[in-house]
Amino acid sequence: MTTAIVVKDLTKRFNDLVAVNHISFEIQQGEIFGLLGPNGAGKTTTLSMLATMQQPTSGFATVQGKDIEKDQDGVRKAIGIVFQDQSLDEELTAAENMDFHGRLYRIPPQIRRERIDELLHLVELHERKNDIVKTFSGGMRRRLEIARGLLHHPSVLFLDEPTLGLDPQTRNHLWQYIAALSKEKNISIILTTHYMEEADRLCDRIAIIDHGTIIALDTPENLKDGIGGDIITITTPEFEKASTILVEPWINRLEIYKEEVRISLQNAEQHISEIITILNQHQITIASVSIHKPTLEDVFLSYTGKKIREEEGDKKEMMRKHLRMRRH
Amino acid sequence: MDIIYTIWLRNMIRYMRSKSRIIGSISMPLFFLLFLGFGLNSVVNIPGFGENYIQFLIPGMVAMSVLFTSVFSGIQIIWDKQFGFLKETLVAPVTRLEIMLGQTFGGATTAVIQGIMIMVISLFVGLKVQSILGFLIALGFMVLIGISFTAFGIAIASRMEDMTGFQLIMNFVIFPIFGLSGALFPISSLPSWLSPITMFDPLTYGVEGIRYGLTGVSQISPVVSLAVIGGFACAMTVVGTFLFRKISI
Repeated sequence: MTTAIVVKDLTKRFNDLVAVNHISFEIQQGEIFGLLGPNGAGKTTTLSMLATMQQPTSGFATVQGKDIEKDQDGVRKAIGIVFQDQSLDEELTAAENMDFHGRLYRIPPQIRRERIDELLHLVELHERKNDIVKTFSGGMRRRLEIARGLLHHPSVLFLDEPTLGLDPQTRNHLWQYIAALSKEKNISIILTTHYMEEADRLCDRIAIIDHGTIIALDTPENLKDGIGGDIITITTPEFEKASTILVEPWINRLEIYKEEVRISLQNAEQHISEIITILNQHQITIASVSIHKPTLEDVFLSYTGKKIREEEGDKKEMMRKHLRMRRH
Repeated sequence: MDIIYTIWLRNMIRYMRSKSRIIGSISMPLFFLLFLGFGLNSVVNIPGFGENYIQFLIPGMVAMSVLFTSVFSGIQIIWDKQFGFLKETLVAPVTRLEIMLGQTFGGATTAVIQGIMIMVISLFVGLKVQSILGFLIALGFMVLIGISFTAFGIAIASRMEDMTGFQLIMNFVIFPIFGLSGALFPISSLPSWLSPITMFDPLTYGVEGIRYGLTGVSQISPVVSLAVIGGFACAMTVVGTFLFRKISI
């Protein structure tokens, strides 16, 4: 396997805000790599730097061996990108949008026409190829953008929140496309998302990123295994007392989150009655109990002490959002 | 060259599809032409034109149509910025100079087409083209005005965040450029303190050039007009390119 992307100590500052803080990782050819984190964590900034849209403050990165600062054109030719916000010309038809892109990348007319047909079939938009994009739904636009991003046969595809704002059905559809694409064409895909399920379903490896720093990087399976098995969540007003009495050798870890006691352990089903018995003996009222297999949400929670969605509405987050809007 | 053509082509496709824009932007000079032309035709007596104000006014209205269309075309880049399409162009392996030139030629072409429409309509209200050469001279000046002010629009758009400042630019920059250009009245009829200002207005030379082409009469020598508006077109292209290169999204 060859290496498609190398990132080393990449940093981006906006005045006194460090958006991306010394991140390093490598992506192999054909791999789907996810940057998972809350809004404002630095995912889009990282992608923008790799796509030569923003200059890093320090550090360095290469895409297909090309330096993102010294060989911008080389990088641009090697990558396809689907932005978080729409970037189609709504006044043009689907085919015209594709054609414009093909011309910009200097694809010869004959090949251009063939590929446009092929890709529009792939994303199931061929019947609408001569319709103005303005009449397209959100999902159709996304699919068109992905098709357009592939037109010049990039070896690396950047997807920034590819399924943001789409309905579950379209989202599922897109996931299938993306997975099939990377397999068939051996394209490396780097995608950002704040949907846990998306990262879990699609990615070969995931970097969890928060406040500009990578806090964990591994396969989804390893990340989930790393937090110590199944999770039992007990909601109780006496959560502190509960946490002190639950000391058993089979408990791998125990965390308090709001009014919940979260216990990680193997074979949760076998131990649940024991736990309830212990709590009853100490006369602790239990509001609810649940068992689930660990998800990436649990991984994020265990690393950061918060859930991914809580970030929204946070003060720092607002500032970042504001900054991002200004940059658009 | 192929990239410049690509961007020009997109402008043309969009232009052909926007019927309302085509009609909207010929309506203003057309109404000016009809109301002022017919209203003042018998009242105003202009040296060299006698009691034929409408003949005097036609070149001015052609220039007006080119001016407004081209500024508007240039400023449209803001929409590309807001709708995200500009990003698609900027991450492609093409230079910003190519994008800027494609956009400029695209805007200038639509502006010249709009000007020709006014010219054709004018044939019905009294325009008599003197010669093919005269028509070509007028066309040349229209192209230069188109390039100048599309580039001017791009320069402004590169510095603007959204369309809120558009009205301000129109009212305080473009309208004075139009009003002081001698499109509506001969520059020699202005009071002596005001006429030097018109000499600083690049559009004055554009209007005079078109007027020379269409009617054979002008107050400024067509060679001087060509030099000034030609120089202005080059300068604006350079400024527009410079500012467009620094655009960030």
